[in-house]
Amino acid sequence: MTLQTMNPAPETGTPIANSLTAGRLPTSAPWVILGTAIAVSASVFGVVAVGAGSGFDWGGALVVGAILYIPAIWLFSRLVEGARRATDRLVTALVTGAFLLAMIPLVSLSITVVTFGLARFDADFFSMSMRNVTGEGGGALHAIIGTLLMTGAAAIISIPIGLMTSIYLVEYGRGKLARGVTFLVDVMTGIPSIVAGLFAYSLFAIFWGPGTRTGIAGAVALALLMIPVVVRSSEEMLRLVPNELREAAYALGVPKWLTIVKVVLPTSIAGITTGIMLSIARVIGETAPLLIAAGFTASMNYNLFDGRMQSLPVFVYTQYANQGNPAEAFLDRAWAAALTLILIVMALNLIARLVARLFAPKLGR
Amino acid sequence: MTSAPAPIKAKLRVGDLVFSRSAVFAGSMILVTLAAVALFLIVQSIPALSATKEDASILETNFWEYVGPLVFGTVWAAALALLIALPISIGIALFISHYAPRRLASVLGYVVDLLAAVPSVVFGLWGIGVLAPAVVPVYTWLNENLGWIPLFSGTVSATGRTILTAALVLAVMVLPIMTAICREVFLQTPVLHEEAALALGATRWEMIRVAVLPFGRSGIISASVLGLGRALGETMAVAMVLSAAHVVTFDLLTSVNPTTIAANIALSFPEAYALNVNVLIATGLILFVVTFAVNAFARWIISRRKEFSGAN
Repeated sequence: MTLQTMNPAPETGTPIANSLTAGRLPTSAPWVILGTAIAVSASVFGVVAVGAGSGFDWGGALVVGAILYIPAIWLFSRLVEGARRATDRLVTALVTGAFLLAMIPLVSLSITVVTFGLARFDADFFSMSMRNVTGEGGGALHAIIGTLLMTGAAAIISIPIGLMTSIYLVEYGRGKLARGVTFLVDVMTGIPSIVAGLFAYSLFAIFWGPGTRTGIAGAVALALLMIPVVVRSSEEMLRLVPNELREAAYALGVPKWLTIVKVVLPTSIAGITTGIMLSIARVIGETAPLLIAAGFTASMNYNLFDGRMQSLPVFVYTQYANQGNPAEAFLDRAWAAALTLILIVMALNLIARLVARLFAPKLGR
Repeated sequence: MTSAPAPIKAKLRVGDLVFSRSAVFAGSMILVTLAAVALFLIVQSIPALSATKEDASILETNFWEYVGPLVFGTVWAAALALLIALPISIGIALFISHYAPRRLASVLGYVVDLLAAVPSVVFGLWGIGVLAPAVVPVYTWLNENLGWIPLFSGTVSATGRTILTAALVLAVMVLPIMTAICREVFLQTPVLHEEAALALGATRWEMIRVAVLPFGRSGIISASVLGLGRALGETMAVAMVLSAAHVVTFDLLTSVNPTTIAANIALSFPEAYALNVNVLIATGLILFVVTFAVNAFARWIISRRKEFSGAN
């Protein structure tokens, strides 16, 4: 208030009611401009729709309206608030736009998968294989069994190795070996999934002859992709265990391995479980390595060590790639399998986060 | 002077020995596995390197002529995807870290992470069923109005299954990891720097330009390199979306597109036999070497900044 009386609005010369809000757009201005922009674009689209006799394109109208908003807000702000604030508003609009832009594929993908997937999301789909099915009908039971078996085997291989490696890195690792392992685990997270598949194929081709495609080869490929994720997440969780707990155990004369088993692991078990479930969710959708190492088939196969094995992601791909007659039946099965796959991944993600929240250790404070 | 007392030796317990040995064993398994990956790929690749048209039916002349366009396609598609994804992911990261309301921020971060949970084969199905038809009008417009730019010249593909569509799908797939790393490093900007900038009268964007972006530069670089690594190795989305030919071309909108190493392996491997298998494995080895180098470079940048721990 005193400021106002001392400097009575020198630039404009006209008295201003409140110097703090002068030269600023009112807080409702962006919304008004956004609404106007969308209304303008909607009316243009409406005229085009009437003129061309086609339906009204809601998505196009919204997108064009949002794009119109960006120069409009910049212009208004430039006129009222000056160049600096105009740039600020422009960047705010762009940054928000970037986020909304990223939501478009997510929303579009969810809607598509659910609408197309529900067509064959029935009891047959979960109780039949594709054996002797050439057209309509059939199901993905063989693929679901294969996915469960191979992912399970991959988990059995990678959880002990991953967990012990993270224990090594946190509790024992010193010097060059530990640094090398940390570095290689980081690099391993970036191995292309198809290279993992080629490795598993080569490994089994050398020992069991070329052309060998079995479930266990697929499991080895998945394990290669899963180990680094398990190591990284468990390592992070083990490092969160406070050192006071370890020292208290040592002070009581507890051997180091018992300290790890009875104190460190129970404290961090919730986080480790979450990490493992997320890593399973990551590999369960892998297609390329299984296509290479485990192949594909139309029949049930319960034996990991003999014969090709189908899996859900590869089922999606083969249904799409080898469309027969009628093509619609094959595409419907592909979408239904995609829906199943996404539901499994989402369930794993949700359960993992619930475990992390419900069983988190109470560290006081 | 009394002699120093003999050091107390801890009792050697069998449990300790077994546990520490198995931990070391598991750690070294990582080294062994990576070495085995390299070794097996090399062993299987050696016959292919000197192969000619007579030995392997998929070769036109020799191996290097075969792999050249594939390497070009891989790098080209990944670079396009990175070009699209980088500004968007920086924008999303800034939105979550500095623009969105605090309470919403973690939820929004989770929503972006949901994109990472979608299997790549589903992205492929979506890319071909929804995205490709949707972009055809845009491509036609680009070709008619900006056709004088060499990138947009040529005959527009009627299906939309071009390298640009594949790059768009790839960009969506690498967005989550790039956003996660950028977000992490933006959140670590010292609050004092931000408040100092604001106290000097900076607007929010000016504060971000002088405080947040310089602090996050190495994070942005490593995020883009890691994203590049992902995009290089991504298989199914490209294999399904792209209508591929064996060419080197910069045209973005035509139906003649270079393909990538990974997509080529996925498409050709199930029917490959004899030496063709070795040829494909050898291209896989090249992909492995390239991604290994790219990832090692990213990790090296990250490790130069110890205080930054958001990369995994």
